[in-house]
Amino acid sequence: MSKERITGAEAMMRSLEHQGVKTLFGYPGGSIMPTFDALYGHRDRLNHILVRHEQGAAHAAQGFARVSGEVGVCLVTSGPGATNTITGVADAMIDSTPIVVIAGQTPVSMLGTDAFQEVDLVGITQPITKWSYQIRRAEDVAWAVARAFYIAKSGRPGPVVLDFTKNAQTEMVDFEPMTLDFIRSYDPDPTIDEEKVKEAAELIDKAERPFVLVGQGVELGNAQEELRTFLEKADIPCGCTLLGLSAIPTAHPLNKGMLGMHGNLAPNVKTNECDVLIAVGMRFDDRVTGNLATYAKQAKIIHLDIDPSEFNKNVKVDIPVLGDCKKTLTKLIGSIKDNKHTEWIDSFAEHAQTEYARVIEKEVYPKEGPLNMGEVVRAVSEASNNEAILVTDVGQNQMMSARYFKYSKNRSIVTSGGLGTMGFGVPAAIGATFGRPDRTVCVFMGDGGLQMNLQELGTIMEQKAPVKMILMNNNYLGNVRQWQAMFFGRRYSFTPMLNPDYMKIAEAYEIPSRRVMKREELQDAIQEMLTTDGPFLLEACVIEEGNVMPMTPPGGTVNEMLLEC
Amino acid sequence: MEKTLYTLIVHSENIAGLLNQITAVFTRRQINIESLNVSASSIPGVHKYTITAWTDSETIEKVVKQIERKIDVLQAHYFTDDEIYQHEIALYKLSTPEFQSEPMASKTVRRHSARIVEVNPTFCIVEKNGMSEEITALYEELRTYNCVLQFVRSGRVAITTSCFERVNEYLDMRAEKYRRQKEEGHE
Ligand SMILES: Cc1ncc(C[n+]2csc(CCOP(=O)(O)OP(=O)(O)O)c2C)c(N)n1
Ligand SMILES: [Mg+2]
Repeated sequence: MSKERITGAEAMMRSLEHQGVKTLFGYPGGSIMPTFDALYGHRDRLNHILVRHEQGAAHAAQGFARVSGEVGVCLVTSGPGATNTITGVADAMIDSTPIVVIAGQTPVSMLGTDAFQEVDLVGITQPITKWSYQIRRAEDVAWAVARAFYIAKSGRPGPVVLDFTKNAQTEMVDFEPMTLDFIRSYDPDPTIDEEKVKEAAELIDKAERPFVLVGQGVELGNAQEELRTFLEKADIPCGCTLLGLSAIPTAHPLNKGMLGMHGNLAPNVKTNECDVLIAVGMRFDDRVTGNLATYAKQAKIIHLDIDPSEFNKNVKVDIPVLGDCKKTLTKLIGSIKDNKHTEWIDSFAEHAQTEYARVIEKEVYPKEGPLNMGEVVRAVSEASNNEAILVTDVGQNQMMSARYFKYSKNRSIVTSGGLGTMGFGVPAAIGATFGRPDRTVCVFMGDGGLQMNLQELGTIMEQKAPVKMILMNNNYLGNVRQWQAMFFGRRYSFTPMLNPDYMKIAEAYEIPSRRVMKREELQDAIQEMLTTDGPFLLEACVIEEGNVMPMTPPGGTVNEMLLEC
Repeated sequence: MEKTLYTLIVHSENIAGLLNQITAVFTRRQINIESLNVSASSIPGVHKYTITAWTDSETIEKVVKQIERKIDVLQAHYFTDDEIYQHEIALYKLSTPEFQSEPMASKTVRRHSARIVEVNPTFCIVEKNGMSEEITALYEELRTYNCVLQFVRSGRVAITTSCFERVNEYLDMRAEKYRRQKEEGHE
């Protein structure tokens, strides 16, 4: 291919197109203006979504990436534009989400002088990115973009930051697009140790009470089918982490529910009864393990992961199986025997019944009193045939929606797991509608969280992004209030909150909306939301002092969940 | 858990900002770096870091894995003192009049196999290579003569006692794996 002489900014546009980018989320400003100018000429090929705050761009890119499996892209200016994306970058790091943030930067000649809107972005983002790099010359654009995308999406995915100096945007370069598939210091697809696979298979074959922990790694590695075949062949029940919830359908008989602090009772209790624990693409987060000193001590542990630094990080592993879990699961399927664990699997039912009787029934099918969150979530899930994408904010609304939504398709949950970022929901849902325009996207949030990125209603308005927003309004920072009630003697320190009229806000943004106070109106309102073209805000006024149960208190033991408080 | 002095040897691409990323792994876990030495390695374009830190065996393993996880780090390994040959260098600046008025001083220098590398009427400079403790021992002794004006020691440099240069092996392995991948891709 012959080279063409173009500006660095133009090279950026062509490099993005070369990577297959079609959608990006951004906000202009001084030091990224040459690139936005180049973008103007690419409007027909690159769909740029103007957000209302750069944090929104980062979360939208995350939402886009999580549902589509592609890299989410942000384009922002230097200084405050760049720092506004930081929360999203940190969130993408801890939740292994592939995004590339391109931020403007002061010209090289002014670096280090405290120039207007100069910030040491590479220095700030190094600890929270997979890679961050400053592009100082136009001729580095093609290489940096190729490397950024390769790093973001390969191996364990994660965020990459490109700090794009203004001179590199305006200078000329003989451009040729680049593809990169090798970095000698980085092996995203580690060779599988057959010996470990054999050891793991032997242990699995011998196990009497095996149990699988399903993490987001299964979705990231597109190993949903392999997981299912593996579970069915060996007849092993599983529990899913928050981020792994849709890696296997909720209705699958071997899926015993959600792990963790507010997860289901059976998978938590059984974690401390199994004899072999097989963790697939998960990282033993403290919200999953509770007290490590009492976590699965009776079990031999097999850990399948692509990131060797996860082995033995929190939990001592007996057999680490390094590699892409699509491949390691395939090898395991080939090495294990067909098996049956009927009695063991049946033993989960007792706990499921206890949880149903003491928690779920009251939450989802109350006969009287105000609306419950669980009830709203389940109704929306079922009204969408359990096929929608669930996006959540953070708080009680998050735990309730994760617990009571049902998943039938892959990549159906988008939530801020590791960072727990309030304000994540609305922008992530916007991103999700662009990532999967063919699917219904429902975002559940609290009154606190909605207001943390409320400005993105403007983006929804302008884009007519078909986000189905369900505000579960309890007039409290509910999650914190619950902890205050349980652990701080009901001293409600700054958790009650005076709310605005959300119907008026929706009206101002020309978003159809409806408020529901009564149980009898709920179904009708949900139907209205789902049948309305485009965005909708459904405000459900829910019980003010509701609690998310069951719960493993922080530092508690997984098989000693509280069922009421 | 019991703490040991570990020596980490890290090889990386020669890229600005990497030192920061490596030291940040220690900072996050609140581990003090005892000494740190960065230099070009025998392989062009590859930098070598020699880092020592007191910690326990579990932690050092996690630290090494987290360092190795950085995109531009080629390899990271940790060693105990019996697996490496290691040295430090120290310089001692002594007051010439004090030094000469103490008859034992020059004997001490010789006994410690140190060398006097510079002498003038005001000060002289003594240089010593050796293990950390030897360097400290000489310092302690010279100090009793009240003649030390300045003292500086380098960080530790170390090489492994096994006969392979692991980075070379690693680079060959990576190149070979890539070649095979390409071949499989073309079939
Ligand atoms: C950015 C941010 N700030 C603070 C918190 C701490 N926090 C976690 S949940 C929560 C309350 C959320 O309230 P709301 O959005 O109304 O949801 P609810 O729990 O009531 O459903 C708070 C303050 C957080 N997770 N993220
Ligand atoms: Mg609330």
